[in-house]
Amino acid sequence: MRMAAVLGVIAGFVLDWRLGLLLAVWLGAWLVNHGLSQGGGVWAMRLVPVIFGLCLLVLWQMAVTLFAVPSVILPGPVAITVRFASGLDMLWGDFVQTFVKGALSGYFIGCGAAIFAAIAVDRSLFLQRGLLPVASFLAALPVVGIAPILVMWFGFDWQSKAAVVVVMVFFPVLVNTVEGLRAADAMQRDLMATYSASYWQGLVKLRLPAAMPFIFNGLKIATTLAMIGAIVAEFFGSPTQGMGFRISTEVGRLGLDMVWAQIAVAALAGSAFYGVVAMIEKGVTFWHPSQRGR
Amino acid sequence: MKRVAPVLVVVGCILALWYVMAVVMNTQWERDQAGRAGVSVGWAQIVPATMRQERPVLPAPHQVVAELWQLTWVEETEGRRGLVNSGSLSNRGLLIHAWVTVSATMLGFAMGAGFGIFLAVGIVYNRAMDASVMPWAIASQTIPIVAIAPMIIVVLNSVGVAGLLPKAIIAAYLSFFPVVVGMVKGLRSPDAMQLDLLRTYNASAGQGLWKLRFPASMPYFFASLKVGIAASLVGTIVAELPLGGAGLGTRLLAGSYYGQTIQIWATLIVAAILAAGLVGAVGFVQVRVLGRMGMRA
Repeated sequence: MRMAAVLGVIAGFVLDWRLGLLLAVWLGAWLVNHGLSQGGGVWAMRLVPVIFGLCLLVLWQMAVTLFAVPSVILPGPVAITVRFASGLDMLWGDFVQTFVKGALSGYFIGCGAAIFAAIAVDRSLFLQRGLLPVASFLAALPVVGIAPILVMWFGFDWQSKAAVVVVMVFFPVLVNTVEGLRAADAMQRDLMATYSASYWQGLVKLRLPAAMPFIFNGLKIATTLAMIGAIVAEFFGSPTQGMGFRISTEVGRLGLDMVWAQIAVAALAGSAFYGVVAMIEKGVTFWHPSQRGR
Repeated sequence: MKRVAPVLVVVGCILALWYVMAVVMNTQWERDQAGRAGVSVGWAQIVPATMRQERPVLPAPHQVVAELWQLTWVEETEGRRGLVNSGSLSNRGLLIHAWVTVSATMLGFAMGAGFGIFLAVGIVYNRAMDASVMPWAIASQTIPIVAIAPMIIVVLNSVGVAGLLPKAIIAAYLSFFPVVVGMVKGLRSPDAMQLDLLRTYNASAGQGLWKLRFPASMPYFFASLKVGIAASLVGTIVAELPLGGAGLGTRLLAGSYYGQTIQIWATLIVAAILAAGLVGAVGFVQVRVLGRMGMRA
């Protein structure tokens, strides 16, 4: 295996020295990672993905520089970082418009509505039988398609983006929550019954806590959907601010470094959003096996 | 019957609500028209009129169905450029757009699923790959790739990569992740006893993969394929937004530019039917394969 990799690098050098250099960097990082993961300390295992990520960035920059890729096609990480630093004000304005106003408000409305709807659905067997198949069908549909209609209805500003986000996050959260409300087993429900707990006591003290791992699963899926919905909705019309607006206009002006800077913001915001929800999950569902294992 | 009836009732309620909403949302336009003409209209005139507008705020369901019928069956059988009269699908109908979208989706899905299986096997058999690739595969999904897909398409087009491939790449990017996660779970699902048994048989790594891990992973595999194919359809539709030519995404954007609400809704219905059909096809294969393997789907 290692021999084959070395041979590959040599073949790369023979074909084109630049290709060989890229392959050599790749192989070097890979060997370091291989060694670290064989050693297997806690810190070593944390270091491995960091090295992998840095290696990708270095390879990207090297490829762009060595092969002289024009910046209208693919700017390197250095150029993107420079643009990022110089355009902070604009990036912040776009971020507030798209993420805080559009995505977050839609996320809270959509997830809240979905959880309440799930509790209502859970109370009635008829709704469970009727609404759930329809909801899981709708959850699989390309809901982004509804964006142009909602933009027509709610105007160009953030309200229409929030509306798209509400529609996108509603069904995954609904389906997961209904699933979760069934998670408490018969024995536990019987125990609540022997305590003569009312429906609401049973819901608040047993079934909602038991449903939390499922609800958070839905909430985590919804974080990425919220980002997607808010940005895509801006392609169908937006005020002169916002990440989707900036991406589509800068593509037209061939300002690809700005586009990549926006992508970096989207990636950072998306990861942070996901991370915050995952942290809340850790606090709320500390008792669940998947959280105790680590 | 017990299972179908509630679904039908709910769908019926949704349709009824849709009609009510159509009347409510389209009324304003009728009132404005009447006001401009200087006549007063009562509800008896307004309600039927809201069902017949050319560019309603919310088209009534039967308008959408009529548009759908017009653009598929009627266009192909009677239209000058339709299938019957010209021998190829009409470029004014919806079928050609649906076909373009489906073919890009299928290509992307095949690429994504193949890449996903490859990565999953690597992750299961190589510790270094497990530690280095998995966190980045997760991180890659928090990037709203769907949102930047149109840009990637435009750039690839400017380099000269056009046609199905750019869309398929976006679709593949979206569908590989569910497959990786599902397959890693599935390939790791055989328990220690079964793995030990293979070791006592002196089975090689390849034999272990082929005879134990792959068969054991099938339920997970199909579950993730269903998620993956729905994701690649979404990716393809969004990727088509900036492109001229054919495709459901292009159709949606054109509809929104010209305010053709009925056309947008008809396109959405086609997209919904496609999604249901694709997921249903995977489900069909799943039931057959798992049935032959003696598992319950």
